[in-house]
Amino acid sequence: MTFALNTLKKLKRSRKEKVHKATSHRKWAIGFLIAAAIVWIFYTYILVHLSEGLQTLVQSWFPPTTLNEALVWVICALGLNIVVGYAGLLDLGFVAFWAIGGYTAGWFMSAFFHQVNFHLFSTSPKVIPGIHLSFWAVIFIGGLICAVFGIIIGAPTLRLKSDYLALVTLGFGEIIPQVFTNGENIGGFNLSNGTKGISPVDNIGVPGKVLGPFDFSWKFFIFVLLTAMMVFISLRLRTGRLGRAWLAIREDELAASMMGVPLMRSKLSAYAVGAFSGGIGGVAFATHVNGVFADRFNFSISIILLAMVVLGGMGNVWGVMVGALLIAWINSTGLPAFGDLVNNTFDTSINFPSYNFLLFGGVLILMMLYKREGLIPESRLKAILHEADDSTSNVSGGH
Amino acid sequence: MSVSLFANGYQARQDRRRYIERTLGTIAAIGVLYWLGINFEKSPSQFFQASLIGLSNGVLYALIALGYTLVYGIIELINFAHGDLFMLGAVFSANFVSLWLGREYVGGAQWGVFFVCLITVMVFCGTINVGIERFAYRRLRRAPKLAPLITAVGVSFVLQFIGLHWNGSGPKTWNSILPKGAFYISTVRIPYTTILSFVITIPLLLLMSWIVTRTRQGKAMRATAQDQDAARLMGINVNRTISFTFALGGALAGAAGLLFQQTRGVTSYNLGYQLGLIAFTSAVMGGIGNLQGAVLGALLIGLIQGLNDGLPIGLGQQWSQTVVFSILILLMAFKPTGLLGKRVLEKV
Repeated sequence: MTFALNTLKKLKRSRKEKVHKATSHRKWAIGFLIAAAIVWIFYTYILVHLSEGLQTLVQSWFPPTTLNEALVWVICALGLNIVVGYAGLLDLGFVAFWAIGGYTAGWFMSAFFHQVNFHLFSTSPKVIPGIHLSFWAVIFIGGLICAVFGIIIGAPTLRLKSDYLALVTLGFGEIIPQVFTNGENIGGFNLSNGTKGISPVDNIGVPGKVLGPFDFSWKFFIFVLLTAMMVFISLRLRTGRLGRAWLAIREDELAASMMGVPLMRSKLSAYAVGAFSGGIGGVAFATHVNGVFADRFNFSISIILLAMVVLGGMGNVWGVMVGALLIAWINSTGLPAFGDLVNNTFDTSINFPSYNFLLFGGVLILMMLYKREGLIPESRLKAILHEADDSTSNVSGGH
Repeated sequence: MSVSLFANGYQARQDRRRYIERTLGTIAAIGVLYWLGINFEKSPSQFFQASLIGLSNGVLYALIALGYTLVYGIIELINFAHGDLFMLGAVFSANFVSLWLGREYVGGAQWGVFFVCLITVMVFCGTINVGIERFAYRRLRRAPKLAPLITAVGVSFVLQFIGLHWNGSGPKTWNSILPKGAFYISTVRIPYTTILSFVITIPLLLLMSWIVTRTRQGKAMRATAQDQDAARLMGINVNRTISFTFALGGALAGAAGLLFQQTRGVTSYNLGYQLGLIAFTSAVMGGIGNLQGAVLGALLIGLIQGLNDGLPIGLGQQWSQTVVFSILILLMAFKPTGLLGKRVLEKV
């Protein structure tokens, strides 16, 4: 009797915990949407009523385009988080997916293929030649192409040890941008317009409204929506069967395979999902800057994304989001604005943006040395990352 | 019964896999030979010229690749910062030769300066490498693999930052203090600097191999690479041995930096990233952790790159990176142990 009661109590408690967990997720999600709404209201309604000085202050420290760009970074960082944070596979060539996504937008949303004239739910005028698909279709096409590339690159190499895998992804991240840079004439076929890039890319189409390239608020809405979608996907996948398989692989690959977790399939899906979001980010970025340019896709993008994931907290969606917003802001506006402030007040001429190498390198090193779990740690990862610390005294002790 | 069935199925699959790999390998080899053949027939002198350039790049890669392979062999870490260490070596020697001792060198003085610089830059890079190990990698020796790897990427960025502020954001050209001329064997031009880079590199490689295989310290290195705990129980100072390994790797990178700067005359802050990747590819190609393998891989990669860049029928320099990294990826997919590497079972 008491036994039955106890189990009943336990059941109740566990259900309570579950409910609590679900609501805590919901709280975060609602918080994110409310924050986005507040930001939007601030920029569209409040900012115009503020004093002149305050307006220029906001425009120089938090211009709305930075906000949109930061959201693109968040989308990509969330994708990388699935690969690095969830499945524990180091990917140093994430820029490849960003580039492929960008060029998908270039191919299917511009006048690039001027030999054909194909329009499908696009807001661009019918007279402009080229393939013009709707933004929403291109997002999925870009994501899918990237996912396929993720599987192609993953399938033969995921058997490798983690550090070799990092190298192969790095090589991939070098090859793809070079293909696009030299892509003006591949066997007589113009794949990417070479270093000139593809510009302009169509604007995002919304039913009943044509968006200009500088339409901040609609783009903000759309990027927030995409980010929310990525957050949703990340959170749902994590609690699902696949996500648990990823976590198991991350924590102990051998044990996971003994427990019947299909290693290859799980790892490949991590790659595919990560690459998918990289593709979405690429398409979004192409519409954000209104073009695709081969020289933008370099190794530092991969590293900045990695720094975002590491700083925020590997495996924690909210941590990664905070990390991505912070670093994207510092990289695009924060550091130059701060530099201007310092240079103007102290009458110096220090080139602050050149310090970003030091900043990102320093972030990676210091976080790994002192706070491996990131700003907003994920509880499970924290436990693993510090598991080995007890025995380090053995290692560092001299003789 | 079921066990043997399973074993048969497994065996059959392994056999089929091996068969496919061998066939693909043969086809690739025939293709490469055919490509070399038509190029050779078209222009023999260009062929030899390209090979020479390739090999002289190859010895440079070998010096850098050894640093990667030594460090990987002993603590299983891909030291991403190694290429940038090479870059710092190049910038250091450029400043040392041209600015700090900046004057015209007459007679044999230039050789004195060259060798003083060689020693100094080797000490400089060795010290930096030991420092990096001491402050960044040592604490993470028992941490999960991801942690030191990310740290290495971070260190690479910090070194690039130093290079950026030391060398400026664009490439810088320097005067070489080495003799500029060249001699000809029929129509193939052989610059003296190429000969010099062989003359400097080969003794260094031999010295390296002597240290690792013949000396007490080298024995300690090999023991530490096999099993750190057992080595410690045998009275080997593991920390000092690892530091020594980093010093060796760093010194070789420094020598490579000086040679690069003197033969090419150009330095830039992002030099190390590209060359480091190529050198690492070479180390992997030869079988990472294997010293002879690294040298062989480096020569092969240098040769492939030289031929691709210099032959009349080739993809040309703009595809150079793509060729190297495609080789890397194919190698990883089909033969991750490299050309001379041994098959090792993953430790549990």
